[in-house]
Order: sequence, then C-alpha cells, then structure tokens
Amino acid sequence: MHTNIQTNAVEPGQTGLPSTNAKRLAKGLGWFSVGLGLTELLAPRAIANISGVSNTHTRLIRLYGLRELASGIAILAQEKPTEAMWSRVAGDAIDLVSLGAAATSPNTGKKRLAFATANVLAVTALDVICATQLRNGTTRGIHAKGLCVVNSTPEDVYSFWRNFQNLPRFMRHLESVEDLGDGRSHWQAKGPAGMTVEWDAEIVADVPGEVITWRSLENSDVDNAGAVRFERAAGGRGTIVKVNLEYLPIGGVIGATVAKLFGEEPEQQLDDDLRRFKQVMEVGEVVVSDATLLGTNYLKQRPAQPAAASELEQAGMLPSQTATFYRAATQSEGRTTQR
Amino acid sequence: MKANCWYGKAEMRVEEVPDPQILNQRDAILKISSTAICGSDLHLYNGFIPTMKSGDIMGHEFMGEVVEVGREVHNLKVGDRVVVPFPIACGHCYFCKEDMFSLCENSNPNAWMAEKLFGHAASGIFGYSHLTGGYAGGQAEYARVPFADVGPVKIPDHLSDEQVLFLSDIFPTGYMGAEMCNLKPGDTVAVWGCGPVGQFAIRSAFLLGAERVFAIDQISARLKMAEDGGAETINYKEQSVYDTLMDRTGGRGPDACIEAVGMESHAPSLIYVYDRVKQAMMLETDRPHALREAIMCCRNGGTISVVGVFGGFIDKFPMGSVMNRSLTIRTGQTPVQKYLRPLLQRIENGDIDPSFVITHTMSLDDAPRAFAMFDNKQDDCIKVVLKPAGNGNGLIH
Repeated sequence: MHTNIQTNAVEPGQTGLPSTNAKRLAKGLGWFSVGLGLTELLAPRAIANISGVSNTHTRLIRLYGLRELASGIAILAQEKPTEAMWSRVAGDAIDLVSLGAAATSPNTGKKRLAFATANVLAVTALDVICATQLRNGTTRGIHAKGLCVVNSTPEDVYSFWRNFQNLPRFMRHLESVEDLGDGRSHWQAKGPAGMTVEWDAEIVADVPGEVITWRSLENSDVDNAGAVRFERAAGGRGTIVKVNLEYLPIGGVIGATVAKLFGEEPEQQLDDDLRRFKQVMEVGEVVVSDATLLGTNYLKQRPAQPAAASELEQAGMLPSQTATFYRAATQSEGRTTQR
Repeated sequence: MKANCWYGKAEMRVEEVPDPQILNQRDAILKISSTAICGSDLHLYNGFIPTMKSGDIMGHEFMGEVVEVGREVHNLKVGDRVVVPFPIACGHCYFCKEDMFSLCENSNPNAWMAEKLFGHAASGIFGYSHLTGGYAGGQAEYARVPFADVGPVKIPDHLSDEQVLFLSDIFPTGYMGAEMCNLKPGDTVAVWGCGPVGQFAIRSAFLLGAERVFAIDQISARLKMAEDGGAETINYKEQSVYDTLMDRTGGRGPDACIEAVGMESHAPSLIYVYDRVKQAMMLETDRPHALREAIMCCRNGGTISVVGVFGGFIDKFPMGSVMNRSLTIRTGQTPVQKYLRPLLQRIENGDIDPSFVITHTMSLDDAPRAFAMFDNKQDDCIKVVLKPAGNGNGLIH
C-alpha cells in the first residue's frame, strides 16, 4: 500500500493532479451527461422508444434526466470532478437496474432493450475508468501549500526552521522531532482520530537562507515529503516563507475524507501553522485568545471568557505545560505606547 | 468573577465566570476599576455583527490596576494604574512598527475568519466577537491584557478614572476623526453623529485649528452637548442638512466631513426604509445614510473622515460624486497606542477634560439595563460608565 514519493513530487503543482487525459475524458462524459439529461427531460417518449421501454415510464425517465443533468453540470464545473464522476457510475447502476427490471415486462421491445443496455454498459465502463483515473491522481498524496511573510532576514528564518525541534512549537499536529544527526530526524505526530504516527525523515536539499527539502524514509506510518523556501520580501521588509507539503494519509484518500469531516483540513491546518510560525518568530510565542484555547476550528471555539483550570490543563496551557519563549525573536525593540 | 456576557440579540447577563489567568508571557492581569459601553457595542447588542457566541464577555473600554504580570513584561509592575487600548497589538510585526497598531498581524488567532470577510485580517480587539479573535472583554471585574508591554499606559495619581478612561477608545477615535481631515487653520468641519465619538471629534476639530464645526443629530440632549463644545447644531429631523450647510457656507460646503455614525444610520426619509428592508433581507449589511449625505455635502476637493463602524457592504454609494469632485476618504479603526501619550499630555495640560461626556455611572451588575437605556437613548443617555461593584467602588446610580 505504501508508495514511495519521489523527490520531484514536492515541486509545486506537479503532484496530486489527475492527468490531462482523464480530465478530457471527464469533460466529454460531462457534456454527454448534459445532452442525455436534456433529451430525457424534454423528449422522454423518444428515449422510451429507442430503449424499447413502454411509454408509461415517461415521468421516471424525466427524473433520470434531471439526475443526468445534475451530474453533467457537476462534472463540467470542477477541475477535478472525482465525486461527480462516481455519481455518474451510481446513476449508470440505477439505469442498468431499471433496464433489467424492464426486461421482465411483456411490453418491452427486447431487441431495442438489449441494444440500449449494451450502450449503457459501455458508458459505465468509461465512467469507471475515468473516475478511477481521477482518483488515482490523488493517491500520490494530499498536497498542501501555504505561505507567510515574517519580519526577519531569510538567514534567521532559515536557522529557526532548520532546527526541526522548533517545528512542534507552531505545528499543532507535531508532538516532537528528534535530530538523529547526519541530516536524519525522527518525527512523532498526532494523526486523525487521536492516533500517534511516527516516521524517520532525511534532508534532501539544504541551502542556507534559501530552501530545505525533506522526505520520509521507508517503514514510515505516513509517507510524506516537504519543501520550504525562503525569499527576501521586496523592500527588505522581511522574508516570504513558502511551504509545500505532501503526504499519504493513513487509509489512503478515504482517510483524508474522514479527517476532513472532523475538521482536519490539511491546507487550513498549514495556514494556521504558518500564522503561528510568524507569531513565534516575531512575538516569541503562539498568541492565544479565550475563544481559541482549544483550537481555531469555528465549531470548537469556546465563548470569549476565561477558562477554568481544568480547561487550561486540557489545552496544555498551564504554566508547567507551555513551551519556552523563543527569545531570539524579540531581541529587536518593538513599537509601544511607552515610546 | 462577575462579567457582562452576551446571550443573543438584546440579551445580556451579568454572571459568575472564572478569573482570567496569564496565558502568554507578555500578558498582564488587570483588576478593573472603571469600564464603559461603546456605541459600537450596540451593533453587537442588536445582532448586526456575526460570530458572537453565548457567554462572550463584552466591553473594550476599560482601565484598572495591574495585579499580575507575565515573565516577559518588564515595563509594568503589580500596583500600576493603567488605561488599556482597545486594539491588541504585538509591537513587532510590520504594521505595529509603522504605528498601525489596529492592523497588527499577530494578535488575531481567528485571522482566517476575518480574512474571508475582509480579504485580510486586522488586529484582535477586546470583547468584539470571534472575528476579532474572541478575546474576553473588559465589562468584568478582571481582564487578561495581552502584550501588556505594548499597549497600556500608566496614569498619574492626580487624574481620576473619569478623566482618562476614554483614552481607551472614544477620545483617540474622535481625535483621529478630526486629524484625518487634514485641517488648515480656519477650516469648516461638519460632524455627523453627536454620540460620544462625535463629541470628541467636535472638540478635537477645534483643538486642531477648525474655525467652525457643525454638529448633526436628532437628539436634543446630544445637540446641546455639542453646542457646549462650540459647535453649531443641525437637527436633521427639523431641517435639511444639505440646505443648511450650503446656506451657512455660501454654497461651497464644509472643508471636511466626519462620519461618526456607522452602520446603523437613521434617516428621516424613504431611503431609510429602503436600507432597512434590504438589511432585513440580508441584501445589504450596513446602512450608510449619513455617509452618503456627508459625501454630497462636502466641498469639492474636501475630505470625508469615517470613524463610524461598518461591518460589511453598503448599497448605492455615490462614487460619481467622490471621483468627479476629487474627494479624499480616510478611515480606519483607531491605532489607539499611537495616541495614548499625546492625548494624555493634552489632558494633563488641561486642553480637554474628557469626563464631560459621562451622563450615567452605574454598577457593572446593572449592565443589561444600561445597554437598553443607551440603545434607546432614554433618560438623555450619552455615555455610561460601569463600576465593578465587587472592586470596592460601591457606586450605584
């Protein structure tokens, strides 16, 4: 089940996207859906005739037309219409069942029915192939990217990031990172549904002040790779930090879907992580408010009032639990009212 | 501790909640001696601002005594008496370093939320919904003040709470309203809205060199207070604002217009019905009547200074008038930190005594009643100061 992610997989835009052929096929099937749907809606008798089915089913055919139309629109509206394509497959299954039921009726033209069924089977095959191709595009990994701008030089930001032990300060899902020497490190993280996942990683590219690229090694619980780039912001106003992460979630794509339902959207997480990273670099620690003590997911937010001691303990915010202040951040003097 | 908490539209409850703790090392804990209700709190009270949760503590204008400091706070100690600015600012990001404290990039943990609505997130604010971070507010007995080394200003003993409390928000806001007008000595200014912010805008305009200030409202008590501050008043229920201003300025219009009304603007005409209907149907989130009028009245090449609070989108904005007549629009949430020292100096010099704006002093326990009174403008209410009774104030109106 574990496929190794190649190093070139961490270039932005190159992974997680289905091939152009699958997308072209999807588009074709989308237009076919629209055409068929409209015909079923507007000329159900003609469809009944062609399929050898009796005319008493016009209302049902109209409903199928609506379904086809909806599928078609959904496919044409999206870049990567994986779910919509699977909905076509489901629709095909319904069609096949209906045609099967019609076969037992005395009013059916059997030759025409057989012809129609053969056509539907052919289209079903195309749908399944297309849907699988679209999905396979994503089994190479979930791709998340994010960026922020930090009020420090690229060298300082690089130094902070290169010491991987700093990452759990702001990456909520990381529990710890241990430096094993020689460019290797051991990582521990919280997975979805409260599991702990571990892996070893090695640094692939390391240019001080510019870029760090890493990837997980064999026998990882979660295959992943990442790249972080540091660019001087225009006007010398700090450093732009760009992060690309890719990982194979546990349980493949289905695991990621379930994780999304529990509010663990990877790109949102990375976005939040990078805001916290900026805070640690500029302010010295992650900034907390009463509402966001237990997380920034809107459904999880507390009322904006102080928390009781038990809630503080749960949030890891008791003085004994909080990470040390990142001192280097506040060495430069800030602006205050006092000036 | 006791705190005034939001529980829905027009529903506030004063109840027991846990005491605040130090959570970040630059925090301080304040024992609150005085706190106030702001006009913008009424937008929360009336349900116009989204992302409130039941139990949110209200209030962003407060002051008191430091009772605890985090490890990294070196400029304040226990026992210091301070006023706290309403925006929360870190002091170290690009915006704070440029004195744009109300645009701090680090103080809003819910920045992702505000970004969806506004394109970018502004700073965190005390007690003003989860959009601004979900920080507990200051209508309580105690409050946690993040970045205590950046914001709070120490108050000398000889000044009373009533004289300095409004440094937290409304005095700097009114002052900034006047400052944004780019006033030249002898200018004429018109101020829409004679609530507390408008009152400070009027007096600040004179401090900054205006010769004539017009004050526009419908409540006689507020117009009277504006008159006491030197303004010429216009009651928009009795006269046409545009006609009156043209009459008084020879048809040219005022040099600058300050909008101190915001999203819940009233208008004595059909346009008000239009805006209210659209608002009820969620087709328009804010009512910009005063803003439209200010634009139409302003002289060519003049400045519109907007300090009234808006939350979303407005309809029928006279962009043609703005563009063709070279108007300047300046606006923003006040970076209070920038104004604290200079305005404290003005108070110490005797240039202005902000306590004039107070009409009611009540116990924190009466906060729900105070909100209702302030919202309905009953009893000539203009500004209410709340005293947490448990902190030895014992003042009941």
